[in-house]
Amino acid sequence: MILMRTAGLTHVYDKKPVLKDINLEINNSEVFAVIGPTGAGKTTLLRLLDFLETPTSGSIYFDGVDVTGSARLRVDIRRRMSFVHQRPLVFSMSVYDNVACGLRWRRQRRDVIRRKVDNALEMVNLAEYRERNAKNLSGGETQRVAIARALVTEPELLFLDEPTANLDPISTAKVEEVLSRVIRERKTTIIMATHNMAQGQRLADRIGVIVSGEISQIGSPNEIFCLPANMEVAEFVGVENILKGVITGKEDNLVTIRINSSAIQAISDFEIGETVYALIRPEDITFTLAKGRTSARNVFEGKIIKIAQVGPLARIEADCGFPLLGVVTKRSADELGLKVGSRIQASSKATAVHVIKRWA
Amino acid sequence: MLAIWQGFLKAIELIITLNPEVLEITARTLVISISSTVIATLMCLPLGSLIHFNNFHGKRTLINLVQTFYSVPTVAVGLIVFLIFSRSGPLGFMELLFTPQVMVIGQIILIFPVILGLVIAALTGVDPAAYETAIAMGASQFQATTIVIREARYAIYSAVILGFGRAISEVGLALMVGGNIRGYTRVMTTAISLETSKGDIILSIALGLILISLALIINFSLSRLQQRWR
Repeated sequence: MILMRTAGLTHVYDKKPVLKDINLEINNSEVFAVIGPTGAGKTTLLRLLDFLETPTSGSIYFDGVDVTGSARLRVDIRRRMSFVHQRPLVFSMSVYDNVACGLRWRRQRRDVIRRKVDNALEMVNLAEYRERNAKNLSGGETQRVAIARALVTEPELLFLDEPTANLDPISTAKVEEVLSRVIRERKTTIIMATHNMAQGQRLADRIGVIVSGEISQIGSPNEIFCLPANMEVAEFVGVENILKGVITGKEDNLVTIRINSSAIQAISDFEIGETVYALIRPEDITFTLAKGRTSARNVFEGKIIKIAQVGPLARIEADCGFPLLGVVTKRSADELGLKVGSRIQASSKATAVHVIKRWA
Repeated sequence: MLAIWQGFLKAIELIITLNPEVLEITARTLVISISSTVIATLMCLPLGSLIHFNNFHGKRTLINLVQTFYSVPTVAVGLIVFLIFSRSGPLGFMELLFTPQVMVIGQIILIFPVILGLVIAALTGVDPAAYETAIAMGASQFQATTIVIREARYAIYSAVILGFGRAISEVGLALMVGGNIRGYTRVMTTAISLETSKGDIILSIALGLILISLALIINFSLSRLQQRWR
């Protein structure tokens, strides 16, 4: 069942469009992540959906009701939602009072407030901080107060705007753990904006990619990361092998793409003569030293031109007539004796190559 | 110098022995000044919020104008209030001139710009995200405004204390519209002024000491309040 829907949502700041024709449908109990580069319009979208700003045009429906026009209705509906900001502001009062604010504004009974606040503080592991002045907490603790404050009102829809953007890895892990519990135990509908793709992948049921104020693609995390709809999405989700080519052959759905002097095979519906991009994720590239037999459809001979270590992984750049980037574990790279100048054989399956249309 | 020292000791004696005249003047001074401060604060909080939370043409000019009136001379306010409430003035029919009530009115006019200007400054000093955070948490506009005022409370306390300080320490207005009538409109500042001119410095020193003590007590209380949550 659809909880929130937008129709033709457009927003303009200083004559500059920041959101263009946004059409979204958010289902009940769903976690929907809005990902996109900084400045793409993610926060503006969340602010419009929480009625903190009024859209220049378009409509927002909550539970089937058009909420866009009525100020009174907006307040009522906003009380069924909560918002956790990127840099949450806590009020200069105790942690307990900060979390209790929303309930007091909803005129709940004192004993109900006490019970709910205690539960919320337990949930975010801040029970022992209840009497502390919230202004004196660390960034991670402040974020957890903000989450407790948002959860305590038992919202039907929770907005999270970059909930871990300014946190260290340990605090990020704690906040994600809390969010995972909320998703698991409360079945709250969540719309989260993040530029952390891995976080979106970990927490979301569906992802919408927003680029330059427009929704470029909506799909499951797997679709977004493996089958990006266009160049912008591909670049944003970390597809680093983006190869320009032309389809020169087709047999059923197996197409041959000419890239410089090489050819790549992929599964695609495009026809012969169409100009395309072949997208291959670095982790789908396999390297071997000697020429050997492989079941992979695409095998390229080449030479390593750069090796960079990233944590436990080694990023290997090879010249195969076109630049090709792959990732192997540092240990594998050592065992294979990969070094700059080594002749290698790079391979990938035809199914690992995603083909998108290239407009001239 | 000896005379001043002796006067100082006698003044302390007057305070310790709870001299009825000293007590009566002090009580009246406090009632008038606290009344004017409370009324002015009750007027300035909503008005200051209204100005702060709304954008309108001429807002900056209005704030500048309010700030200009911070240093308006007390005798100028006294003269205006005198003219308004004198028998031939527009509010002369109320027969309030030379009463404690008109002194309260005069002091409200005197401290109104100070408290209003500082309330606006205090609200401006609060992170703008506070209002929006409250709105996002489901607060109504009134509830969100209240939380912002709460966030600005220490700066607002300072504004109120400053207003009270100006009210309790002014002399020109109290003389002009109160008339310094013994047992009725005589307050500490007018009494000090009169007794000093008469050469009775003992009462003047006693009242002066009380005035300074009041200022100290109020300032210490404010500091303690501010430190409590730091």
